Amino acid sequence: MQFFSDIVNPSAGTWIVLTGAATNVACAMVGCFLVLRRMSMMGDALSHAVLPGLVVAFLLSGSISIVPLFLGAAAVGLLTTFLTQTLHQYARVPSDASMGVVFTSMFAFGVVLVKKYVAGLHFDIACVYEGSLELVPFAEPIAGLPRPLFTTLLVLLANLVLLIFLWKELKLSSFDANLATTMGFSATALHYLLMTMVAVTTVASFEAVGSILVVAMLIVPAATAHLLCDRLSIMLALSAAVGIAASVLGYWAAIYWDTNIAGMMTVAVGMLYGLAVMFSPRYGICSTLVSNLQMSLRVFREDLLAMLYRVEELDASKPLTAAEARKALGSGWQSRWAMANLFRAGHIDRRGDQLQLTDRGRDDARRLVRSHRLWETYLVEHLGMPLDHVHEPAHRIEHFIDEKMLQELDAELKRKGQDPHGREIPE
Amino acid sequence: MSANTSTTAFEIHDMTVAYHRRPVLWDIDFTIPEGKLVGIVGPNGAGKTTLIKATLGLVPLASGKVEIYGKSYHEQRHLVGYVPQRESVDWDFPVTVRDVVLMGTYGRLGWFRRPGRAERKIADRCLEQVEMTALANRQIRQLSGGQQQRVFLARALAQDAQVYFLDEPFSGVDAATEAAIVKLLQTLRASGKTVLIVHHDIQTVRDYFDYVVLLNMRLIACGPVDTTFTNENLQKTYGGRLTILDEAAEAMRQREPNR
Amino acid sequence: MTELPILLGLALSHKVMFGTALLGSMAGIVGSFAVLRGRSLVGDMLAHSALPGIGLAFLILGSRSMLGLSVGALASGLLAIGAVTVIARWTRTKEDAAIGIVLSTFFGAGVVLLSIVQKPGIAGNKAGLDSYLFGEPGNMLTGDLVILSGVGAAVLLVVALLFKEFKLVCFDIDFAQSQGWPTLMLDLLMMASLAVVTIVGLPIVGVILMAAMIILPAATARFWTNRLHLMLLLAAGFGLAAGPLGTYFGKGLPAGASIVLAGASFFVISVLLAPQRGVLAQVLAEYQLRKRMTREHLLRSLYELSESNLPELTKLSLKSVRDYRHWVSLEKLLEQEVEKGTILRDAEHVQLTPLGLRRASELTKAHRLWEMYLVQFANIAPDHVDRDADAIEHLLPEALLLELEQKLADEGRLPYLVAEVPLSPHDLGSGTQDSQR
Repeated sequence: MQFFSDIVNPSAGTWIVLTGAATNVACAMVGCFLVLRRMSMMGDALSHAVLPGLVVAFLLSGSISIVPLFLGAAAVGLLTTFLTQTLHQYARVPSDASMGVVFTSMFAFGVVLVKKYVAGLHFDIACVYEGSLELVPFAEPIAGLPRPLFTTLLVLLANLVLLIFLWKELKLSSFDANLATTMGFSATALHYLLMTMVAVTTVASFEAVGSILVVAMLIVPAATAHLLCDRLSIMLALSAAVGIAASVLGYWAAIYWDTNIAGMMTVAVGMLYGLAVMFSPRYGICSTLVSNLQMSLRVFREDLLAMLYRVEELDASKPLTAAEARKALGSGWQSRWAMANLFRAGHIDRRGDQLQLTDRGRDDARRLVRSHRLWETYLVEHLGMPLDHVHEPAHRIEHFIDEKMLQELDAELKRKGQDPHGREIPE
Repeated sequence: MSANTSTTAFEIHDMTVAYHRRPVLWDIDFTIPEGKLVGIVGPNGAGKTTLIKATLGLVPLASGKVEIYGKSYHEQRHLVGYVPQRESVDWDFPVTVRDVVLMGTYGRLGWFRRPGRAERKIADRCLEQVEMTALANRQIRQLSGGQQQRVFLARALAQDAQVYFLDEPFSGVDAATEAAIVKLLQTLRASGKTVLIVHHDIQTVRDYFDYVVLLNMRLIACGPVDTTFTNENLQKTYGGRLTILDEAAEAMRQREPNR
Repeated sequence: MTELPILLGLALSHKVMFGTALLGSMAGIVGSFAVLRGRSLVGDMLAHSALPGIGLAFLILGSRSMLGLSVGALASGLLAIGAVTVIARWTRTKEDAAIGIVLSTFFGAGVVLLSIVQKPGIAGNKAGLDSYLFGEPGNMLTGDLVILSGVGAAVLLVVALLFKEFKLVCFDIDFAQSQGWPTLMLDLLMMASLAVVTIVGLPIVGVILMAAMIILPAATARFWTNRLHLMLLLAAGFGLAAGPLGTYFGKGLPAGASIVLAGASFFVISVLLAPQRGVLAQVLAEYQLRKRMTREHLLRSLYELSESNLPELTKLSLKSVRDYRHWVSLEKLLEQEVEKGTILRDAEHVQLTPLGLRRASELTKAHRLWEMYLVQFANIAPDHVDRDADAIEHLLPEALLLELEQKLADEGRLPYLVAEVPLSPHDLGSGTQDSQR
């Protein structure tokens, strides 16, 4: 019920969450491209560099209304991009240093302007840094919405339009700038356009979340999405979703612990990023560790099976003992685990201290040994490798040869019966 | 190769390119008739990649000009296809194989228009030509070196250009892919396209190309392989001493004059 | 410590000046390594990431002791560096994004902690965001100066001891690794010294100024020299000067901002006016190179068109010259050469003067020597030959020059005025068309 009454007559909290969410989404849309183009720090740079632009716009227009602010932001965005590019290209300053020089100088210039001409008024620098989401519901309303929300929605719309009309151009120039230029889509023009949109988005977000937190909203949801998917359109949608989630979570946490809301939203988005880093199904650290572990255990299991097969081949009356097997595999928890796993899967039997292959185990082992010996034959016959060098590579690769490749090898080697060492190749 | 039937596809006049006061290419001047497979050959640092980049306007010219079918490059952009070196790409970019090939159609679409069904069909056809249809939905990081090269070739095919520039397409690629690439190039030539390829392996020049451009900061020679790819010109390009391998290969070749 | 009474007696403004100068020079030194390693923005990141550490330290210690807060800031900063390293190495996220992520989320956490700290009821001096952002240079205590000097001495010691190791890591880390140096340790040590200087400077000059001082003096110094020890000295110098100059010219303005602007002015002047790397110098050099190249093209072309008739000076038709190669502004070029006295011309003809012939044959000889050199030594030439038409004779040893000249003469291509052997007619390849009207 609270929800419905909220729509008709939004509570202060709802306004705050909406503003935070709108800011996050607007930032995520341009932020994705910043991340993919490896220009994340331009977000930081632009959010600092816009300060003098804002002051000048304010001085010239005499007000803090939207249009002069956006114009000031756009102008500064262009100037900063131009100066950074020029320093990098013509004065050969490394790109990160040129960013740093330009934005710190411009910010300092902005601080001086503020002190000299606007001291005491709306421009409290710390406020610009920190933002004031808490005050959003009390801002003057435009079209029924608090002013910061209105401006943010405007920018969100503009970014959306940009993405719709220039989707393929942005995608292409981010992936392969040279190709884009040769196709007639000037990569430079697109770069300037993107940076201008970032500057404008930054300014729109200042009032609510402050300049540093804008950087978080530009980059972190985008980076999180990058870890979770492989298509650009999905990445954009996901980053918006992550942004919204961070806004909601951050707001609740801030209310619960009575702390700064924008700061909490940033912490929330950072935690979401951390979760993605650890648990992303394809690219997360945990999933990488797990799959590495699985692979390593599989190798141990198969090595054990193949070893038992070879022992059987040599002399079936003298099977390997468990202790000998463990020693051969390199005693450690992995060999122990491999053995236990093979028991459970019904691949080996244990008679006293001795290990025996079951029928099932023998089939699997036979396939492995076949792969190994076929590969050795291939190495010797087709690549001319010396006999004593072929065991190691075959030992490594035998786990990864699938059935299709086995058949090809077979056909290639024309159904050989024996490997180069004179041992029989199992069927 | 009779003179009166060949149209000039590509021409460079007195091109000089300099980086930071150091000339990299000096007075390059040559003409390529249409419908040829052209190998651009020279030692490391000879400026082969620079030649392509300067042609495509990616690097400024200190002097000279480039003409495609008689007009300036800028007017004829849509006739030119480009396959860059593989190292220049970000393999973590969230695009699939099909997405990359589709990018080849963007130039024809121009600003603002979206690729539609027709473009997707073209992309699929090009994927078929390089035998990558099964992998169309894979993210590009998951491809092998040869597969990556095929994707870029498919993208170039999708550009449907008349003149193609390929930068070291055979480097780091397995034998099967190399054969596939050569077959593809011959198909292109059969349809009257002109293909210029920066190539690093002088052993295969005779097998792959009709024309050869020998480059070492300046043009040594340009012309049909038979008359231009001579020992003398090679010496001028690579220096007075060929390596032992080359000499041996040359000796073998001289024993088999009809190769 | 006989200096102590003197220090205590220093006026505050002198202390401030001394402190900012000292800090500036230290920042210049550690910043040089950061900039060379492509880590300019790490200073910015460290400065912002220190905030949660400061907030936590304040919450735990309850008072504004500089030592406690600095330790907190340092811990937080080092944690940030660790986080960036882990992210950049083990995930798909690239390094620039990692820096941005850590910078902003740590700062956000810091803002949250500060909002707790600033609540009424928490005892102790409130460490406002203002003073963190801008520092409080005006509150410089003698104790602060002592700490600064101590840190400065330590940093200098480390740099002096490990100068060649740092230099190696900066310019070719793979080579250093292959030589057996512990590059990871050295890298961390560089970062640690950066962190310490940044943290120590934060309470004094604030976040933005600190980030700027790491980058600006070092980037400025880079324009004036290619040698590392000079760069360090210059960076220290620029950092040192920025403090007093900024505070002096910026009276009435926020101290931090004026210091940054002073540093930025040094930078702008260097960008424009530095002798080799400065923009003006480069533009001039490009212009001169292009002019010289086109001039050479003309003289060489005239020589080649006239070569077969030497020693007679041929009257060439303008058309033949125009068709010989691709020109951009031939008329202007011809005018310039007329002024220099190397050619004579009328409406339809051009002719080399004796002076022109001499010059043209020297140029042609140099060019052909260079080509011959490339032919002989093609595999290594591109690295060694800085194509400077007149200088080729200075670049190569005498014996080699003679050998190449002889080869040219054997081919019949040694230009007339320089040859002792009479020329034989030969084929110039493309272009010797209409050389006489």
